[in-house]
Amino acid sequence: MIPGVAADFSNDWLWVSLIKAVLIVVFLLTSVLFAIWFERKVVARMQVRPGPNWHGPFGLLQSLADAMKLLLKEDVSVTRADRVVYLLAPMISVFCALLVFAVIPFGPEVTIPFTDYTTPAQLTDFPVAVLYVLACASMGVYGIVLGGWSSGSTYPLLGSVRSTAQVISYELAMGLSLVSVFIMAGSMSTSQIVASQTSIWWFLPLLPAFVVYVISMIGETNRLPFDLPEAEGELVSGYMTEYSSMKFAWFFLAEYINMLNVSAVATTLFLGGWRAPWPLSAINDGMFNTGWWPVLWFLAKLWLVMFVFVWVRGTLLRLRYDQFMSFGWKVLIPVALVWIVVLSVFQYLGLAGVTRTQLITGVAVAAVVVIAALWLWPDRRPAAEKAGSGPPGGGSRGAREFDAFADGFPVPPLPGQALPPSPRARRHVPQASEVPSASAAPASDRSEETR
Amino acid sequence: MTASGAEAALFWVLAPLMVLAALGLLFARKAVHAAVCVMFVMVGLAILYVAQEAPFLGVVQVVVYTGAVMMLFLFVLMLVGVDAADSLTETIKGQRWAGVLLGLGLAVVLLGVVAQATFPPAVGLAEAEELTNPVALARVLLGDYVLAMEVVGVLLVTAALAGLVLTHRRRLSVRPTQRVLAAARVAGIEEGRSLTPLPAPGVYAQNNAMDTPALGPDGQPLPHSVPRVLRIRGQERSATAVLAEEETLVQRDDLRLIGVGPSSGRTAEPAGEGPEGPAGPTGSAGEDEDSDGEVR
Repeated sequence: MIPGVAADFSNDWLWVSLIKAVLIVVFLLTSVLFAIWFERKVVARMQVRPGPNWHGPFGLLQSLADAMKLLLKEDVSVTRADRVVYLLAPMISVFCALLVFAVIPFGPEVTIPFTDYTTPAQLTDFPVAVLYVLACASMGVYGIVLGGWSSGSTYPLLGSVRSTAQVISYELAMGLSLVSVFIMAGSMSTSQIVASQTSIWWFLPLLPAFVVYVISMIGETNRLPFDLPEAEGELVSGYMTEYSSMKFAWFFLAEYINMLNVSAVATTLFLGGWRAPWPLSAINDGMFNTGWWPVLWFLAKLWLVMFVFVWVRGTLLRLRYDQFMSFGWKVLIPVALVWIVVLSVFQYLGLAGVTRTQLITGVAVAAVVVIAALWLWPDRRPAAEKAGSGPPGGGSRGAREFDAFADGFPVPPLPGQALPPSPRARRHVPQASEVPSASAAPASDRSEETR
Repeated sequence: MTASGAEAALFWVLAPLMVLAALGLLFARKAVHAAVCVMFVMVGLAILYVAQEAPFLGVVQVVVYTGAVMMLFLFVLMLVGVDAADSLTETIKGQRWAGVLLGLGLAVVLLGVVAQATFPPAVGLAEAEELTNPVALARVLLGDYVLAMEVVGVLLVTAALAGLVLTHRRRLSVRPTQRVLAAARVAGIEEGRSLTPLPAPGVYAQNNAMDTPALGPDGQPLPHSVPRVLRIRGQERSATAVLAEEETLVQRDDLRLIGVGPSSGRTAEPAGEGPEGPAGPTGSAGEDEDSDGEVR
C-alpha cells in the first residue's frame, strides 16, 4: 500500500502489471483507430455528408486500411535530414504519449472473471501521478521540436518553433488549472482525486479551472483551432511535412493518443473519473460504482470529451498566431492565477472556521455589491455622442448620408446608410415608384454585419 | 549504502548511459545533439530520483528542467541558427592548456572527495515522509523555510521583470489596424499597386517554375506574376517559348509540324508582348484544345 494513494496495489505482482500494461497499449491502439473513424464520421455529419462508409460496417475499417497503407508506403528520408534525430523524434512522440495512461484509473477494484483475484483497474499510481502526466506531456513536445528541426527544411522548422512556444505557454495554463483540483482534493494521486469526487465532481465547483483546462488541452494537443504547428494553409503540415510512411504514422498515432490522454485526464480530474453520473449512482446503494460498471462510465466520459474535441474542430476556425499567443498569456494564465488565489482564500477561510453558509452569504453579498456598482457606474461617453460617432470610413460628413466614393475609392454603404435608387432598376421596371425601398437596405446590411 | 537489488540494477544500467550522454554533450558537434544529450541525462537523473523515493523531485525535474528550461534553450538555439558549428580557434592564448590543467585539478579534487566519502545508513526518512513525499516536502519548504522560498520567488520575479524591461521596445507609431491597412491598400490602386495578392507564376504541362509568367484571362502573359528580381535580372522565361516547346511535344505523334523548333526557353523577351500563338493558325483544332486545357 503506497501512502497517499487510494488504490491498493499490494496484490499486484510483476506479471499482473505486465498484463495491465499490454492491455493499456492494446486499448490505446484500437482507440486510436476508432478515434480516427469517429472524428471523420462526426465531422462529416456536421458538414452534411456521410463520411467513411465503404470499408467494414459503417466504414469502421477505413482507418485500419489507412494504417495498412501507411505501413506499406515507401519510407522517404530527406537528404538534408539529420538521420539520428529524424528517426528519434517520432519515437519520442509515441513513447511519451503511451506513458500517460499508466496512472489513469479505469475503475476501482475489479475482480477478474472466474477467479476471486481483485486488483485496481489501473496500472500504477503514486502521490505525484498528475505531475507525472504533465512531465510526459512536456517530454512529448521534444518529438515535435526535434522532428521539425531534423527535417532540414523551412516549414517544419517554423512549425516546431511555433509548437515550442505554444506548448510552453499552454502548459502553464494547464498546470495552473490543475492546481485548483490539487487544492480541493488535497492530493496529486489520480485514484485519490477520483475518491475525493464522491459527493460532487470537481468541474462544477471549479468551473473556471475546468474551462481553462479544456481550452489549454486543445492547445496542448495541437488541435484545431490551435493547430498552428501544422497549419495547412501556412506551413504545408508543419513539423511532419518531410515525414512519410511509418514515421509519419507514429506522429499521427501520437497526436491521437495525446487526445485520448488529455481527455482521460479531464475525465479523471474534473468529471468524476469512473464514477457513475448522479441518478445512476444513487440506484441500489451505489451498485453502478462497483465491479466492472465504472469502466463503462469512464469510457463514456472519455468519448464525451473526445466528441468535444471533434465538435470544436468542426466549428471553429484556426486562430492567427499572434492572437493565439496573446490569448494564452494575457487571458488564460491570468484567469487561472486569479482563480487559484480566490480558491486559496476560500480554502483558508474554510480552515479558519468560517462555515459554508457564511461563505456563500459573503460571496452573494459581494456579487450584489459588484453588480450594483457596475449598474450605477456612470457611462464614460454621453449617449448622444455614442449614437453620433460613426466609423472612420464615414468621415465627418455624418453616417446617414451615403457617399459612394468616401475617401476617394468606391465603398459599399455602411450600417445605417441606404443605397440610392439604382438608375438601371428604372430601365427594367417601367414604374418609377418601384425602386428598392430604403428600409430593405439597412436590414441586409445588418445581416452582412452579423455574418 | 544499501540499495535493493532492483535499484542497484537500475543504477548500473542507467548510470553508464548517462555518463555516455554527458560525454556526448562535450563532444557533440551540433548544438541540438548536445541538447538531446542533456535531455537524456536529465531524464535519467529524474528516474534515479524516483528510484530513491523522491518522486516529487524526480517528476519536477522533468517538468521544470527538461520540459521548460531545456525546451527554452532549444527554442533559442533554433532561433539563432542551429547549424552554426563551434569555431575551434583559441580566442585567449593558451586557453586550451589552461582548461585541461584546471579540469585535471577539479578531477583530482572530486576523486579525493568521492574516495573518502562514507555512506552511513539514512536516518529519519520514514518519520519525515509519514504523510507522503510531496506533503513532507511542502511542510519543510512552506513551513520551515518559507522566508527563503519567498525571497527566491521575489528574486525570480524581479529577474523576469528585468528581462521584460531590457527587451522591451517602445512602439514609435500607432499600431496599424486591419481597417487602416485595407484603406491603404485600396488607396494604393491609383499608384498602380494591386488590391489582391500578385498572381502566381504560370503552371504549364512541362513547366511550373517561378520564371514563367502566368496567362491572364485574356490569354496575355502577366509580367508581374514573375518575381521582380528575376525580371530585373532578365531570367524570365517567355510564355510563348514554353507553349512552343509543348507544341513540339504534341507534334511528335502526328508529323504536321508547325515550324516552331525546340527553341531555348531562357530568353529575356520583353513581357506583355503576347503569345504569338504557334498553335493558333497552323495547328489543328484538336491540338488547340489540348494546349488550352493545359494552360488554363
